[in-house]
Amino acid sequence: MNGLFAPRDLVVAGLLTFLALVPVYVALTGNAFLMTLFTRIVILAMAATSLNLILGYGGMVSFGHAVYLGVGGYAVGILAYEGATSGFLQWPVAIGASALLALIVGALSLRTRGVYFIMITLAFAQLVYYFGVGLDRYGADDGLTVYRRSQFAGLINLSNRTVFYYLCLALLVGTIYLVWRLVNSRFGLVIQGARSNDRRMQAIGFPTFRYRLTCFVIAGAICGLAGALLANHTGFISPATMHWTRSGDLIVMVVLGGMASLFGPLIGAVTLLVLEELLPPLIRMLASPFMEQSMAARVAEYWQIILGPLFLLVVLYARGGINGMLESVRRG
Amino acid sequence: MADALLAIEGLTKRFGGVVASDDITLMVPAGELHAIIGPNGAGKTTLIGELTGEVAPDSGRISFAGDDITALPIHRRSQLGLARSFQITSLFPDFTALDNVALAVQAHSGHSFHFWHDARREATLREPARAVLAQVGLAERADVLVARLSHGEHRQLEIAMALATCPRMLLLDEPMAGMSPDESARMVETLRALKRELTILLIEHDMEAVFALADRITVLVYGRVIASDKPAAIRANAEVRKAYLGAPDEQVGARQ
Repeated sequence: MNGLFAPRDLVVAGLLTFLALVPVYVALTGNAFLMTLFTRIVILAMAATSLNLILGYGGMVSFGHAVYLGVGGYAVGILAYEGATSGFLQWPVAIGASALLALIVGALSLRTRGVYFIMITLAFAQLVYYFGVGLDRYGADDGLTVYRRSQFAGLINLSNRTVFYYLCLALLVGTIYLVWRLVNSRFGLVIQGARSNDRRMQAIGFPTFRYRLTCFVIAGAICGLAGALLANHTGFISPATMHWTRSGDLIVMVVLGGMASLFGPLIGAVTLLVLEELLPPLIRMLASPFMEQSMAARVAEYWQIILGPLFLLVVLYARGGINGMLESVRRG
Repeated sequence: MADALLAIEGLTKRFGGVVASDDITLMVPAGELHAIIGPNGAGKTTLIGELTGEVAPDSGRISFAGDDITALPIHRRSQLGLARSFQITSLFPDFTALDNVALAVQAHSGHSFHFWHDARREATLREPARAVLAQVGLAERADVLVARLSHGEHRQLEIAMALATCPRMLLLDEPMAGMSPDESARMVETLRALKRELTILLIEHDMEAVFALADRITVLVYGRVIASDKPAAIRANAEVRKAYLGAPDEQVGARQ
């Protein structure tokens, strides 16, 4: 327990410091793209952290978690479209609507296990996705532009990119802190016990269903808030946000970073999204001496050929993800 | 037998053509250690399942301390004070021994919708858990991950988990399964001590242990009670001997 000297803790500390300094770097260099990228990373890390609560700690492999990003986003988008731009209304609605949907999905899906659970969460997510496609008034599958960021009565100006970034970062850190408290509380031990051995949990007297359902709702609510942030960030919301491949991305972040670890989802989100940006130019650079520019650009479109095997290696050889690898450095 | 702590009346369960519980009637008064023996396939596991709530009987009635529990969910039975151990070790391998038992204590100290305080620092959960670990001889192993404990220690921990729920009655499903003679002897001592405080229903293959511990023994064959008596009487019972020597179906049936 020599705290900050463990490699994993150094990486986490370095990462948080880096995230805190992004706006400073952007101010010095004027590289606004980096701010856009990292705002997105921070928001999706928050969504991944909420997924980790049910997936990592609770053993509930939800394959439809992006749906709460969408519901949170649509709550902001639709209210803004209808003229209600107050964040004091939009954000609670985003959180509440996501929690309500999670309550319905969880109540039905948590009665099943394993593949059936995965399939039912996926089915619900697709259901909501197609519902979004059918929302003609709100842009159907073209989506909805959010012209104005949530208004907080002049208390905080979200249109200022730096302010918005720090708000997202603070909410991410707050979420991680909340998850830390949760998983070590009585409630958290019940959730982890139910992941480990639900039959025993019932035999020693726990009605596990209601605890797992509560956990599912908390995760959905947090992800709904992340969705509200995302809609503010991109100024746009469409059904694509809820597509099952987006849910897959969130799972990849959690598994890559390290399931049931506090900072794993953040590490996973940064790794995945930074690689997504870095790999195409890197491939193009490496390929261009050997072929024409246009050909190299086309090759670079297949950056996932690198990412896929990388992910596979982590899953096969590092069960705790990147976080687990860093932890084993200390032990080894 | 109105004062029986556990009363089973006319319990029947069929799986297709197989009658796993055939009109079982059984009374276990408070303070008794009641053993259930029977050859493989006698329906012992089904009976345990029906008592704990994992298997729903087709007909019959189970009452515990005067309450009809036949249709109660699993966790409610535990809350009433009916605790079980598992034949195949069923613990939380990624928790320490102390965490495991503390979780069982937690299950019986109000609801667990507490989201903020570190449960591993709650003395009201940790202290009773430590006491139970000491009771089964695992005090020194409290902080070891369950995955790293030996088989014998797992079996002791199985009992500790049941004890930590402060039960009125223990259902022990083959607590000696897979144990070395040494470990079995230790378990017999543990159970002998428990017997003074608790009512116990013991399902066990180790006959030496059963006859050493039981106040009464019930013999189950093909889901049916063929004898229920004191150990000495069971030992002398001709039908029981026949069942254990492997009587063909017809003979068992012919006795009815």
